[in-house]
Amino acid sequence: MTSQTSSPALDSNAGDRAPRDEVNRPEILPLMGNEAIARGAWEAGVRVAAAYPGTPSTEIMESLARFPAEDVKAEWATNEKVALDVAIGASFSGARALTSMKHVGLNVAADALMSQTYIGVNGGLVLVVCDDPGIHSSQNEQDTRIYGQLAMVPVLEPSDAQEALDFTRLAFDLSERFDTPVIVRGTTRLSHTRSLVQIGERTEKPSLGFNENPQKNVMIPGHARLRHSALFKREEQLRQYFEESDLIRWEQGSQPIGIVTLSTAYTYVKELLPQAHVLKLGASYPLPENKLREFCDSVERVIVVEELEPIVENEMKLMGLNVEGKSLFPREGEFSTDVIRAGFEKAGILPASRSRPELFVQAMPRPPLLCAGCPHTGAYMALRALDARVSGDIGCYTLAAVEPLKAIDTTVAMGSSIANATGMALTGTETRPIVATIGDSTFLHAGIPPLINAVYNQVNITVVLLDNHITAMTGGQDHPGTGRNLRGEAVHKVDYEDLIRSLGITWIKKIDAYNMGNVYQYLREATLHKGVAVVIMDRPCVLDPVKIKGSSFRVNQEACTGCQTCMNLGCPSLSWTDELFEGHRKVKIDESSCIGCSLCAQVSSTNCILPVEAFETNG
Amino acid sequence: MAESMPSRAPRRTDKTPPAPAIQVAEKPVNVLVVGVGGQGVIMVSKVLATLCQRQGYQVKQSEVHGMAKRGGSVFSHVRFGETVYSPTIPLGEADVLVALEWAEGLRWLSYLKPETGIFIADTQQIVPPFACRNRQHGAGSGYARETVADVIAQVANCYAINAGQIAQELGNSKAGNTMLLGMMSTTLDFPADDWREAIRMFAPPKAIDINMQAFERGRDWVETHDPADLDPNQGGDQPAPIVEVMHEAEFELPVINRAWCKRCDICVKFCPERCLSLDEEQIAVLHAPEKCTLCRICERLCPDFAIDLKYKH
Repeated sequence: MTSQTSSPALDSNAGDRAPRDEVNRPEILPLMGNEAIARGAWEAGVRVAAAYPGTPSTEIMESLARFPAEDVKAEWATNEKVALDVAIGASFSGARALTSMKHVGLNVAADALMSQTYIGVNGGLVLVVCDDPGIHSSQNEQDTRIYGQLAMVPVLEPSDAQEALDFTRLAFDLSERFDTPVIVRGTTRLSHTRSLVQIGERTEKPSLGFNENPQKNVMIPGHARLRHSALFKREEQLRQYFEESDLIRWEQGSQPIGIVTLSTAYTYVKELLPQAHVLKLGASYPLPENKLREFCDSVERVIVVEELEPIVENEMKLMGLNVEGKSLFPREGEFSTDVIRAGFEKAGILPASRSRPELFVQAMPRPPLLCAGCPHTGAYMALRALDARVSGDIGCYTLAAVEPLKAIDTTVAMGSSIANATGMALTGTETRPIVATIGDSTFLHAGIPPLINAVYNQVNITVVLLDNHITAMTGGQDHPGTGRNLRGEAVHKVDYEDLIRSLGITWIKKIDAYNMGNVYQYLREATLHKGVAVVIMDRPCVLDPVKIKGSSFRVNQEACTGCQTCMNLGCPSLSWTDELFEGHRKVKIDESSCIGCSLCAQVSSTNCILPVEAFETNG
Repeated sequence: MAESMPSRAPRRTDKTPPAPAIQVAEKPVNVLVVGVGGQGVIMVSKVLATLCQRQGYQVKQSEVHGMAKRGGSVFSHVRFGETVYSPTIPLGEADVLVALEWAEGLRWLSYLKPETGIFIADTQQIVPPFACRNRQHGAGSGYARETVADVIAQVANCYAINAGQIAQELGNSKAGNTMLLGMMSTTLDFPADDWREAIRMFAPPKAIDINMQAFERGRDWVETHDPADLDPNQGGDQPAPIVEVMHEAEFELPVINRAWCKRCDICVKFCPERCLSLDEEQIAVLHAPEKCTLCRICERLCPDFAIDLKYKH
């Protein structure tokens, strides 16, 4: 089979694939951590892969989809639990399977993982989970390693792109050898750092076929009790394996200090203390107790450097080992060379760094914004005017929670908005109209059960479905509502109106999100409706799948009174001129970024914003 | 164009030697590229990373995705050398800071090496709506106030020019990034032809000529430019400081004639500060006078002339 040795180029810069002969031999490529993970899975012979997009994990599945479809079926799933269940199904059928997700995605998928760990695997099953220390683009910074302990599944911890490839590849072998799902844990810094990676070839793994074994595959209480015991044996076998494995690397040093570290924290330690003894843990669960004891006995002082929770530190303390860790380093936020240096300085290992000359520069805040022409803007402008109590959800539109729109009161987790609104309505104390706002992709992810529940429990709420025809926040991924799958093939497109009507909702309006009058009018009507009302805001995202750029608008400087009504939209194309009218700044529009959505012209109180053509025809 | 191209600056004298090209030593070389989402920060760092890789160095290029497209602050760390561990640059350790936008350069200035760091900046300003939030009478923009002269006084080496504008004169404002690459090429010890080749790899085929011109302009400018000679009060190569005009408000707070108000709600809906509301009798009231900026929109839009802002004098 040609595909056994094929290895298509995985250079994200090159959109088209290089001829197979040319890329057949092993070579070194600059790969982002996420691309390396995808490459490792492909080399390991993965046959089925599924995921729901989530920063920083999104590019893993996108990279896998660049490999030939005959090698791996890579797909977007509606949510992380569905994705894991798909991968579990493939494993049942004897194929190597992978699912990738961000840290909070594992909360959604945890239900399946907790049973699957009892069942084990047939084909190798790997979960890539990317944590987000520092909360660059998430709602929390939970530590996935705790799930490893809870589910008693091994957790591998790559520190750079090369290890991301190697460890992912190895994870499939470990999964089959020890009959367990395996977690490969990344971080934002691993996922989005590009470095040189030695790539290899694909090892084809034909399906093992379905393994008929009800005692192992059907988790009823009688079977589960037996399987629970098997978990403890497996944990011990894994511990023995890690005692001897190359994944646990002892790097000899010349100082009497020993550092136990893992993941990207390792790179900061090596940068600062090249002479220390380092025990690099390529796996954080289960821990190789004998190796750790031996290491601690060989040095005078042991410090554990781990990002987020003190998991290794606490385990070592339970072993009775004398170690330091979170007394020196924070339990929150992203690590960096600076953070680790401060910890080593506190420990007296590094001399206090000299103070830097103070700079007389004031940094100006530049928070992210809804894009110029974003179809979400009008809805939140109207909701603010309606003085609604708004429960928000996860997506770009969380940016409407801050000034100047400031129209979202709560944001919890994927799909929470509708049930949160239901709860607010049930208290009966809220005097303002209660509105849940949810994006199309989030609605399909976790918004449908709470919508059924709201109808079932007969509450008066309005649900605004912000349908921008894409999963926008993560960079524009398709979903079942777009009518295209991960490989861009046409598939059935979910009809939201039919779907919502079938749940028993009678008040449904689909409106153009750029028509401010309609948006305001129908939102007002919806909030007055008794029962669940749904307003579908229909407009494509301005960035994906195609960048939209229409003819722009311009401010008639003669007519602008500096009233700032348009500035309430928070549109990045709008800024001030140096001119004042009665002490207020006049506004100008950056015509290169304005896409012509006309929202500012619609809200303008003095009719001073017009299409550029209006100025040209009038001379 | 002559205004913004300081060819008037004399050639370097012996008194002000150019910053020597950075050599790759035991420690990795650190280059931080910063700007605003959509400007091409990642592309600039990719060109550099590709170039370093072709010179045979280990390279790590690190950034954070997610907010990049949404007008937020964007940065990319590029580190190269014989061995590179950490993917990110510590504070005060950047050899070169390349800023595609002026205020973003200022934000990351503390990452530069105090004694030897080289600051290469495009002085173009992208003013965010966030900086246009002060509604008080006569208030100025919240955009960064530091001028090129302020920065020259504080960093070891500073090359700042309105590259975007010069590139626009060449035919494509986006080639401003390539001009900055040209400026950077004089600070790193790689052959100029290798730079040109790396840029060719990433530039769109149609724009290669303009990008090559922009690259040479950047190189020439550093060669001929003397930072010590820059007159911050002249020429177009520094951001214009934003004038702050604060003068006394000419009006008093709106007064609502309750007898004339017909409860139409127009003023409440249009008030940009949302400081008007309807009371129990559905009559408009100014419920948050402290938020009122005296914009007079309510007065102008009231169909019944029920709202009045009186002149103070």
